[in-house]
Amino acid sequence: MMAESARKAIRLDLQLIADMIEPGSRVLDVGCGDGALLDYLFHFKQVDGRGIELSTEGVNACVSAGLSVVQGDADVDLADYPDDAFDFVVLSQTLQASRAPKVLIEQLLRIGRRAVVSFPNFAHWRMRAYLLMHGRMPVTGLLPYQWYDTPNIHFCTIRDFVVMCREMNVTIEHSFSLDHRGRARRFRGDPFIVNLFGEQALYVMSRG
Amino acid sequence: MTDAESKIAPRSDTSTLPGGHVTLGTDRPLRLDCGVEMRDFAVAYQTYGTLNADKSNAIVVCHALTGDQYVSGIHPVTGREGWWDALVGPGKTLDTDHYFILCANILGGCMGTIGPKETNPATGKPWGLDFPVITVGDMVRAQVMVLDHLGIEQVFAVIGGSLGGMQVLEWAASYPERVFAAIPIACAAHQSAQNIAFHEVGRQSIMADPEWCGGAYQSQGKNPHRGLAVARMTAHITYLSEPALHRKFGRRLQDRDVVTFGFDADFQVESYLRHQGSTFVERFDANSYLYITRAMDYFDLEEKHKGVLADAFRDTPVRFCVVSFTSDWLYPTAECRRIVHALNGVAANVSFAEIISDNGHDSFLLDEPEFHKVLRGFLIGAAEHRGLPRVSP
Repeated sequence: MMAESARKAIRLDLQLIADMIEPGSRVLDVGCGDGALLDYLFHFKQVDGRGIELSTEGVNACVSAGLSVVQGDADVDLADYPDDAFDFVVLSQTLQASRAPKVLIEQLLRIGRRAVVSFPNFAHWRMRAYLLMHGRMPVTGLLPYQWYDTPNIHFCTIRDFVVMCREMNVTIEHSFSLDHRGRARRFRGDPFIVNLFGEQALYVMSRG
Repeated sequence: MTDAESKIAPRSDTSTLPGGHVTLGTDRPLRLDCGVEMRDFAVAYQTYGTLNADKSNAIVVCHALTGDQYVSGIHPVTGREGWWDALVGPGKTLDTDHYFILCANILGGCMGTIGPKETNPATGKPWGLDFPVITVGDMVRAQVMVLDHLGIEQVFAVIGGSLGGMQVLEWAASYPERVFAAIPIACAAHQSAQNIAFHEVGRQSIMADPEWCGGAYQSQGKNPHRGLAVARMTAHITYLSEPALHRKFGRRLQDRDVVTFGFDADFQVESYLRHQGSTFVERFDANSYLYITRAMDYFDLEEKHKGVLADAFRDTPVRFCVVSFTSDWLYPTAECRRIVHALNGVAANVSFAEIISDNGHDSFLLDEPEFHKVLRGFLIGAAEHRGLPRVSP
């Protein structure tokens, strides 16, 4: 298991996700990376946690840390899981790298009672300003890639996401925006201000 | 049998070999998948480490086609290190300071457990081809009987690669309540057509050896060692990979500077294969090779569950860790992934890691640091869930 010091260093956005998870629940973390969230959830929320991760390094780090993680592709392998297999399915900072984000959201809500989804907001004022001033695809601390080597192929804004949820008849139970320091603010609907100043968004959703 | 031949025959008297020997099926026979009931049969096993007071720290190691129960330390017959010495021992990944490791020679084997080489009590002669055809399921049922004999209700883990991995899957599917964690490595839920084909080449080369004598070579003082050696040479190629062969041998010549324009082992790779073949026949029985390859060919967990592999694991309480290797073309990652998909299909607790290695199928036997790291981490995590004392990572 991970050292205590490493466990404390959980990112603020992951901490917010962890706060949304009921203790003792069954959780699937899609794109779980090095397993920081799963490790935290196991030790502090006693969840029955599983992960799926694309990168070999991530998977091996997770399994080596005693976490139940499989190497797999979220766009393909979620189809295997049965309906309602989990209480929560987490998709943290992975939506924008999916080949088919809408299908992915459908899968999350099929196999989980609730989905917790976080993603970078492409309508954040820094993005808008970068594009306006430089006329080039934004490169920021949160999104450090050039357009030609980015794994992020489906960016969206908070407003885009709300529209999609409405189309899919998905119930939004909670929504938060996070600023550049990772501080969270709860909001409702699709306010113009949040779409401008929220660097990331986090949604807890359930089937409509 | 001449002196020269007796040297290349596997040891005939295995009752004096070190380790445990138990006679099973005395009260209740073992009913084999082929319908035959087996009574009063011997199983030889070896243990490492100490069984704890509540008998919760046992790990069953399932050996592969040509392995045996001598997993670790010096092998009493070959004098070389046991086949999983890299993994099993004090302070190693399967730490014998913490776990009680048990490995039984499989049914049909030739290292003390009943097999075609042993004496058929009905005739007083070696079984030969009168030995019933056995399956992976039969092998596992015999191991369960050994556990019953030792009074172990639930094992902490079952682990094995290749045929050993097939046994692990069978263990988890048939005895989920007796296994806490299952680690199938470099294996498949069914034997592929290509693998059946390779096995058939091996069997045909044994049966084409005139010294095979329709399987009755022992009573006629013969030994089909040439056929068995060719079978081993063919199989050995499938255990490696093209990059590994290239790295080890390339086109380098054996003890010569130029080719001989003949059929000597000019190339190092030929010499290596011949050596593999000739050392193998010293320790392995040709009929055992036929029976065990057959058992692997018959293995099909999917067919056993009416074509739905996931049904083999429905509601399973077992924690799984599936491992494959990138260069394994005998049991490729795709086969392991099928197992993982089936386990995901029933929302089982599963870990799956593909290890990058160019050593082919044999990777699971070698000192692959990433593989060992993954295994060690999985075992520590599982031990924590099982409530076993903490093992230092």
